[in-house]
Amino acid sequence: MKKTVVLMGSLLIICAFLGVAALNLTFGVPKITDMDDYFLRFGQEQTGTNNQCTSVTFDFRGFDTLGESTVLFCAVIGVALMFRKMQEGEEHEDE
Amino acid sequence: MRMSKLVRTGADFLYPAVLIFGLYIVAHGHLTPGGGFQGGAVIATGAALVIVAYSYTEVRQWLSGKVLMGQEVIGLMGFIGVALLAFAFGQVFFFNYLNASGSLFGIPVPYGINAGELNTGGFVPLMNFAVGIEVWGGLTLVILYMLSGIRKEVS
Amino acid sequence: MLWNLPFITVVVLTFIGLVTVLLKRNIIKILLGINILESAVNLFLVSLGYREGGVAPIFTLAPSELMVLPTPQALTLTSIVIGVATSALVLSFAMVLKKKYGTVDINEIRRLEG
Repeated sequence: MKKTVVLMGSLLIICAFLGVAALNLTFGVPKITDMDDYFLRFGQEQTGTNNQCTSVTFDFRGFDTLGESTVLFCAVIGVALMFRKMQEGEEHEDE
Repeated sequence: MRMSKLVRTGADFLYPAVLIFGLYIVAHGHLTPGGGFQGGAVIATGAALVIVAYSYTEVRQWLSGKVLMGQEVIGLMGFIGVALLAFAFGQVFFFNYLNASGSLFGIPVPYGINAGELNTGGFVPLMNFAVGIEVWGGLTLVILYMLSGIRKEVS
Repeated sequence: MLWNLPFITVVVLTFIGLVTVLLKRNIIKILLGINILESAVNLFLVSLGYREGGVAPIFTLAPSELMVLPTPQALTLTSIVIGVATSALVLSFAMVLKKKYGTVDINEIRRLEG
């Protein structure tokens, strides 16, 4: 019980620091927009797409999408490995 | 214990509609909101609908694990292959070699608001298809593997 | 304070997610806390790129030419997919642990030997 109260108190202090930092941000007026101004002005001519989010994902920042596809592939292989182990465990117990 | 005839017929009617809607989201990723990842998740939801309506043992006879794993591998290799083909045109890795050329998806687009045409976009529609096929195979495989780990309750 | 409401929501969601990860004993509840933390970070990323009076950054039949920044939206897509991968792996761990130890309480799993 005492450990719970101490933990929640320290988490409240940390989130109070985050709250003070959040109050100083401006919502609706981004501070640094040079890269995105370039993407919005020249993206349609250089990639040929109308959707600027897709042009940023697949053309201007394609390496991040390559890494993300690899992470999804490895996660599916990990799930397959877990259940192969589980089915082999049942067969060994029967012998 | 099977689901009633009403549920099974409803799933029979809805599954082609969900499949075509998901492929539409994948194919028009360069004109409207959407793309490869979103469309692949919608198609995997259609597979979950069929698994709920029919039982798991019946669906396991229709879908095989090896075909879905092959589909996922083809998706990832297609993505890397389309990006590596830029070396054949003398440019760097990931260069958009189909944009504003005369061939497959290569009509140039000037700056401004327009009505959108399907034939534009460079190699972005090809990569959308590759990623959509990979996410479809991967998420359906995760659903099938997790359902295979459930044991029957001993009464 | 009302003009910063998305950022205040991010702080509240972070607090709820951290409390759930640190104070619960069931693995499924800890996984839900991890998902709440991921949602807070995605909301923060998307709300950093908002411009006052802007529309979605798509040129097909757009209402105006003042658009929102597209880069944070592309990176949030990657973050959502990584959250899906993490949740799938933790759920399969929970199924294998339940089969081996008979319980999903993390204090019990730590005390059993071999």
